[in-house]
Amino acid sequence: MPTAIAVRDLRKSYDGIEALRGISFDVQEGEVFGLLGPNGAGKTTTVEILEGYRRRDSGDVAVLGHDPSDAPRDLRERMGVVLQHSENLSLLTVHEVLRMFGGYYESPRDVDEVVALVGLADKRDARVRTLSGGQKRRLDLGTALVGDPDLVFLDEPTTGFDPAARRSAWEMIRSLRALGKTVLLTTHYLDEAQQLADRVAVIRAGQIIALGTPADLIGETRRAEIRFRRDGELVTIETDEPTRVLAGLTAEALSAGRELEQLEIRRPSLEDVYLELVEEPEDA
Amino acid sequence: MKALAHQLSFEQRIFWRSREAAVFIFIFPLLLYTLLATVYSGEIDDRPSADVLLAGLFGYGAANTAFGGLAIILVGRREYGILKRLRATPLTPRTYLAAVLLSILLVFALQSVALLVLGSLGFGASAPANALGFAGSVVLGAACFAGLGVGAASLIRSAEGVSAVVNVVLLPMAFLSGSFGSTPEDYPAFLEAIADVLPLTYFLQIVNGVYLDGDSLFAHPRALAVVAAWGLAGLVVAWRRFTWVPRER
Ligand SMILES: Nc1ncnc2c1ncn2[C@@H]1O[C@H](COP(=O)(O)OP(=O)(O)O)[C@@H](O)[C@H]1O
Ligand SMILES: [Mg+2]
Repeated sequence: MPTAIAVRDLRKSYDGIEALRGISFDVQEGEVFGLLGPNGAGKTTTVEILEGYRRRDSGDVAVLGHDPSDAPRDLRERMGVVLQHSENLSLLTVHEVLRMFGGYYESPRDVDEVVALVGLADKRDARVRTLSGGQKRRLDLGTALVGDPDLVFLDEPTTGFDPAARRSAWEMIRSLRALGKTVLLTTHYLDEAQQLADRVAVIRAGQIIALGTPADLIGETRRAEIRFRRDGELVTIETDEPTRVLAGLTAEALSAGRELEQLEIRRPSLEDVYLELVEEPEDA
Repeated sequence: MKALAHQLSFEQRIFWRSREAAVFIFIFPLLLYTLLATVYSGEIDDRPSADVLLAGLFGYGAANTAFGGLAIILVGRREYGILKRLRATPLTPRTYLAAVLLSILLVFALQSVALLVLGSLGFGASAPANALGFAGSVVLGAACFAGLGVGAASLIRSAEGVSAVVNVVLLPMAFLSGSFGSTPEDYPAFLEAIADVLPLTYFLQIVNGVYLDGDSLFAHPRALAVVAAWGLAGLVVAWRRFTWVPRER
């Protein structure tokens, strides 16, 4: 599959403080790629360099074959953007905002179609200022889609949403994949990355510390956790060799004629892996 | 051209839909004129006060609409991230700014017509002695004060504070330069000295020329030069300091 975004050894400092310390990744066309990391990890910095808002200090970046720092029109024609913070013109209606944005593109999508796609059909003629936070965010998504882009950047699209709103936003983002769009999504919610992304890069303190499909990331640690109760006390053993450890334990228990009570072998969830990754001391 | 017309139509829609803009920018100078022309019914400097005040409020309107209105629009849109968002679309900055400027010019042109009609019907004010020159001064005033407005928008970083800042500049300037019927020659020396550098003082010289005396728009080259210099100064500030992104929070 062709590459939509290529990032090589990207670096960026603010006043001498390194926000990005040489990150590299590729996003394939048609893929939903998640940039997952805690606040301050460098997600927005990365995305805004790719969108052409910020200048990189060094490294190579190609977005749909362009260097975004030249702000080429072809790129702006083909990308859609949801910023982490932005507002729409509060006096216009939903339909008007989308019509205004649609007018900037050569072949925009039908405005009413986009209104429906982002679930604002019943708010079509409502002024932006009367929308709820979640509805405004969906309008942001609408402005990103109305130009019928090939590539969509979503910077923390569901931060601040209640669980129901988050689920409906997820549905919408899944529908982008169905439309064949390439999506670069940032989030600090692990479940969001797991639900939406084909591949995830975990970023911490300006570095990518893990990259792969959600399944790969879990597979990367071979560690397993064995738990059982001995005389009522919970025993927990973490090991990279569960087979050997377990064989020893069962042999011991059998020869002593005891039961390994409440025996459980657990593989870490993506959440465990993520927490482990982002909580490791930086220089480990 | 199509992109410009598209954006201009939305700019107009937004402007007229905003009660603040419609009242404080469009109506306020007309209201002030009505009040002042009612209070000062005789003559000012041997001219009918309805005429002198009309010229004065026309000047104030130029500053209020182009300088104040533009600064308020641009600062608000920048600080709320609207300008930033637009930068990621194919709309070019040039087209966008042209649409915003044309929209303000259109508002001021309508306001000028409304002022002339109001003056003539309500207070017997004269029609412009040099109609073409007067039309030219609409464009000149809008251009000069729009330049200053973009410059001010580059320096003011608070969407909440912009209205206050703008009016702290505007009202004393309008008062000192004689928009409200007084004349700088009667002021104490230090106030006159301030009035002597204000763009509105010189713009009013030109307006008085075309509106009252039937002068050509170019009859006062010194005033024209000062007005142009102020407008350019605003543009230079904008050139160096204008940003599309909000202040970091
Ligand atoms: N414009 C800026 N000026 C100075 N420091 C910044 C700026 N933007 C981001 N930073 C710093 O760079 C780091 C990464 O920030 P950011 O990219 O916003 O992270 P994220 O989006 O993952 O929360 C943080 O330490 C942040 O404080
Ligand atoms: Mg961020």
